[in-house]
Amino acid sequence: MKPVFMTYTKKDLINLAVCMVLSVFVIPTFITTEYWYTSILIPWLCLALATIGQQIVMGYTGQLALGAAGFMAAGAFAMFNLILRVPDLGFVGSLIVSGLIAAAFGILFGLPSLKVRGIYLMVATLASQFFIIWMIDKFGWFKNYDSSGIITAQDIVILGKPFTTPLAMYFVCLAVTTVLTLLAMNMARGSTGRNWMAVRDMDIAAESMGVSLLRTKVQAFAISAFYCGVAGALFAFCYLKSLEPVAFDIKLSFKILFMCILGGLGTINGAFIGAAFILLFPVLLNAIGNNVFHGAIDATIISSIEQVIFGGLMIIFMIYEPLGMAKLWENIKQKWKTKIPSSTNIKSSLSKKT
Amino acid sequence: MTQERKFKIGKPILEVKNISLSFGGVKAITDTSFDVLEHEVRAIIGPNGAGKSSMLNCINGIYKPQQGTVSFKGKEIPNITPNIMAQMGLSRTFQNLALFKRMSVLDNILVGRKLHTKTNFLEVAFQLPKVKKEEKLNRDRSEEIVSFLEIEDIKDTPVGKLPYGLQKKVELGRALATDSSIILLDEPMAGMNVEEKRDMCRFILKVNDELGTTMVLIEHDMGVVMDISDRVVVLDYGKVIGDGTPDEVRSNQKVIDAYLGVEH
Repeated sequence: MKPVFMTYTKKDLINLAVCMVLSVFVIPTFITTEYWYTSILIPWLCLALATIGQQIVMGYTGQLALGAAGFMAAGAFAMFNLILRVPDLGFVGSLIVSGLIAAAFGILFGLPSLKVRGIYLMVATLASQFFIIWMIDKFGWFKNYDSSGIITAQDIVILGKPFTTPLAMYFVCLAVTTVLTLLAMNMARGSTGRNWMAVRDMDIAAESMGVSLLRTKVQAFAISAFYCGVAGALFAFCYLKSLEPVAFDIKLSFKILFMCILGGLGTINGAFIGAAFILLFPVLLNAIGNNVFHGAIDATIISSIEQVIFGGLMIIFMIYEPLGMAKLWENIKQKWKTKIPSSTNIKSSLSKKT
Repeated sequence: MTQERKFKIGKPILEVKNISLSFGGVKAITDTSFDVLEHEVRAIIGPNGAGKSSMLNCINGIYKPQQGTVSFKGKEIPNITPNIMAQMGLSRTFQNLALFKRMSVLDNILVGRKLHTKTNFLEVAFQLPKVKKEEKLNRDRSEEIVSFLEIEDIKDTPVGKLPYGLQKKVELGRALATDSSIILLDEPMAGMNVEEKRDMCRFILKVNDELGTTMVLIEHDMGVVMDISDRVVVLDYGKVIGDGTPDEVRSNQKVIDAYLGVEH
């Protein structure tokens, strides 16, 4: 498969075109209920973006990090302050700068990765989670001295036009996520991604080939935090429409970690699959509870069942398919292909026999 | 080794002086010195635990010897790290295979082109024209190495799925891709059958012959070593017990004792 445009093969471009048609034309025409935009599509895009960030540092560079929500909080509050204090930057400008601010935190908290690894690094990166949230809570400046604890996010205005309807916000998220996903794919498939994976698979050999561990790891942390920061800003401004540090607690970090693992470590499309699964699964369970059992099962039991099933799935995936749902999908496609050989294959196998 | 060589053996390119390395109380290498001449095939042999791999790890900067110095290309290098040595033009393979298991053969070899990649991640993200140009150059060189090593048919396979002999080949390919002036090979033929060994010898000699790359190799198979190397250094218990041409080493009484055992 030769790349046709940038690093994308013909198949990628076709997939991209299909996704774009679906998300730009089909979804807006057929889905009219606000619920789908505000509660499913927008958070899905935001969390998928954050999961790509987690993928870069964990799936590609192999550094066990657990602080995605902390970087998201950094991005969200940076965005709030930038729009408040530097209005000239505009929405897109603020989004990029808040990503960069999150990236600065990423560099700071990525430094331990040079000395510790594995589960110990995970504990070290937890510091980012707690430190950033603590910092925002402690210093009133970040919240513009708001005493209520929950600040309303400013309206999104791009080039003088307000983007306040759910559909408009969905398009903002879609645009940002698409651009950043395409850039992430370029990096992952280019020399940058090869360096990441080399460090993941065998760091001592990577170093002997001239790959600097310091630069590669810190770079991965920075880029990862940038993605999380942008995702956090979108999450706060398009989904929550408010800013509170509690929204970015450790639970969200774990959620993103699960999305990353279930989706498939070291894959970009896995980020979208994982995020969709973790977001949609509770919705599906609730629907089953309401429609099949007509509310006979208590809602708290359903949410407990959800946890049980997530836990079980994590274990099952870790044992049978450590590369997650993206790999599972690949395998299914592969099996499908071998089961139904195309006509040319049949012809060639026939001609071989004769 | 009788025909005229394209690259004449020249001055010392790598000099190891009085290296001593110990792990806690265990002395791995004691006061060892030897040199490697430009464009030669130099072998390091010795019984198990003689300190051969430790020696390579000292040269490459993975281990820090307590004493002694390593000079490369006429310069003494004070703080050796694998990265500095790679940048100076020294590449290596590993005894227990240190490949990037989840990456394809071609990608593994492409990592070897790291030092010939100057573009940064932002340029890669936006795929600027110079990235495409550089990537093409690196890919072409890697493809060349793939066809040189006769592994075209497996170039898109993840390395982890390949048999041992092929993985060894890929590792040689990755070291070659760096275009280094010297390559350290840590047991390139361990665990191979006769045919694979012959292939490997052919590749090592071909690289040395066509590119003039200096080769330092560790090997157990005495026959192989004597056939392909210009000079051999023999280690035993972390000390040099013989150094010279294969014939000199073969007739060295200490070497014979070390290999065959001696009555006490």
